[in-house]
Amino acid sequence: MATNLNIEVTPISRVEGHGDLVLDVKNQRIEKLQFRIPESPRFFEAMLVGKKYTEPSHITSRICGICSVAHTFASIRATEAALGVELNDQILKLRKLTNHGEMIQSNCLHVYFLAAPDFLGVGSVVPLLKTHPAVVQIAVNMKKVANEMVRVVGGRAIHPITTVVGGFTKLPSVEGLLKLKDMLNALYADLETSLAVLKTLKLPDFERETEYICITDDQDYALYSGDLMSSDGWKINNQDYLTKIHEKVVQHSTGKHCWASRDAYMVGALSRINNNYARLSDNAKRYAEEFGLKPPCYNTFMINIAQFVEIVHCVDDSIRLIDELLEAGLDNDRAMVAVEPKAGRGVGIVEAPRGALIHDYTYDADGRIIKANLIIPTNMNYANVEKDLNQLVPAIIDKSEDEIRLGCEMLIRAYDPCISCSTHFLNVTLINK
Amino acid sequence: MSKPKVGVFGLAGCGGCQLEILNLEDELIDFISAVDIVHFTEAITEHSDTYDIALIEGSVSTKHDLERLEHIASVAKIIIAIGACSSSGGLNCLKNLYGTEKAKELVYGDKKDWIDAIDTKPIDAFVKVDYHARGCPPTRAEIVDVVKSLIMGKVPEIPDYPVCIECKRLGNICVYETGGTCMGPVARAGCNARCPSANSGCEACRGPVDDPNINAQKDLLDRYGLTVEDIMEGFNLYNACKKIEQKNK
Repeated sequence: MATNLNIEVTPISRVEGHGDLVLDVKNQRIEKLQFRIPESPRFFEAMLVGKKYTEPSHITSRICGICSVAHTFASIRATEAALGVELNDQILKLRKLTNHGEMIQSNCLHVYFLAAPDFLGVGSVVPLLKTHPAVVQIAVNMKKVANEMVRVVGGRAIHPITTVVGGFTKLPSVEGLLKLKDMLNALYADLETSLAVLKTLKLPDFERETEYICITDDQDYALYSGDLMSSDGWKINNQDYLTKIHEKVVQHSTGKHCWASRDAYMVGALSRINNNYARLSDNAKRYAEEFGLKPPCYNTFMINIAQFVEIVHCVDDSIRLIDELLEAGLDNDRAMVAVEPKAGRGVGIVEAPRGALIHDYTYDADGRIIKANLIIPTNMNYANVEKDLNQLVPAIIDKSEDEIRLGCEMLIRAYDPCISCSTHFLNVTLINK
Repeated sequence: MSKPKVGVFGLAGCGGCQLEILNLEDELIDFISAVDIVHFTEAITEHSDTYDIALIEGSVSTKHDLERLEHIASVAKIIIAIGACSSSGGLNCLKNLYGTEKAKELVYGDKKDWIDAIDTKPIDAFVKVDYHARGCPPTRAEIVDVVKSLIMGKVPEIPDYPVCIECKRLGNICVYETGGTCMGPVARAGCNARCPSANSGCEACRGPVDDPNINAQKDLLDRYGLTVEDIMEGFNLYNACKKIEQKNK
């Protein structure tokens, strides 16, 4: 066992974007631990200034290819809140269905393509083609169904087209929805097979209690809309988020750091399961029980399992939404509601796959943006990632350099960080153990 | 012929073009079997600094991006720009329009000097680009076609006709007829008129055709009582770099 260690992981792979970890350990004490984001900053808050209310959702969708639907809806909801737009049930259901599609797309990508290789002891999905072809086939198929969901309703698998302020430029066809329902129903067998495989994985035994934040709703397992809530016991309207959520610029990262009731908090699938478990579908609860996942869960690595449980919930809930939409009958006359520009401020908080995503716009009387503030889930998690690493490293300091490096990478990957959002991501620099 | 070694890289962008490769679905397994992917940070841990073909997403927005691009160009024999940001600067150029220094101040305040940011430019402003798979995002079929053509020793076919042709072929009702605006008369096709087919005007995410029929676009605007300004906001979303470049000429 070395007492000094110098490790560099540049960049950390299998995360969306670009990030580095710098770890400096001397005489087994952590001298420096920084999760750095050298990702190119893209200045969306500046790009939005002066833009007409019809454009921000197209622009902000391009913040992130993986969560383009969540950005689209957070943006649209912020605009609609500012302009006082009242929607109908058909629009809300179609939006929730599109959002579920992206949740399945993204959670599937992370669980199967990005995180699973760690637990199966390989470097990427490519070797899994030889060792676990059935799992890769399931992942590809599930991704295909989820892409099709966003394509059928949103017009394109990423950067949706039909989803605009006031509703949809075009409704899906009845045939399209029926086909989706068949594809979703066919996923149940794949979910059962995946359950059997995922149950064999040994997740690291690592626990650190923190503050868990997400949106919540009395009726729904909140993903598209709801009040912002914390496991520390507060619940507020979207519009009041600044009374609880704070952010600051830190020198080692282009992504800002956030805090709420304490010095760090977690957003994402585990926060949602911890706070909203009761509203999961019965089937999703059954899967959670199979993994022993029940709130409160303090193991960061269980984010991977929480994401899988959410896939089950989204499949169940999507089928329900399709049934309700078809039963009511698709009505082109109700695809859009009227929208008129006016001055005002609006906030939209949506659960992106990686956690609560906040868009906050102020409009002038012509419906052009005066000021925009965006808070991205990956940014919200940064401080919490550093806190986790500070606890993890001393616990595994006796292991080899490679094992420490992998342990840190796996922990960071568990958060499914999406660094292009904050603007990109990952290098692990371990200096001196 | 041995499998070509391919590296996939991302500069300043959303990761969506790289995601479209992971989204190849039924073709994904064939694709990653036909080429030897040696570098793809978004998807694999292994990375090699030896590759024949570089697929590059994103524009150059920092000094660090430029250093990476120059290194990639020094290694790769063929460079393919994927997506609007890489091909034309894309949406990132909206920051140039706003003013890079001003943008740094707005977002990072008095900490702005910590931030590495320069005016955004497409990658062909710095290195020779062999092929472009344009669009935001490019279609998956196009990315595969470009790589497949290269493996087979063919020149990939990039459409040089406007989106209107595709709408006519599909029998779409013209977006102008439904009260919208559209760049279809001058925008480069290849997407199968994705946005107009969803009743949404084309915003020319693939840039203009090589020799755009600007008069046709103007006639159309006149006919519907619109002005060039009415469509420039949409055009600027993906083509602001081009506009700035022309202004400086």
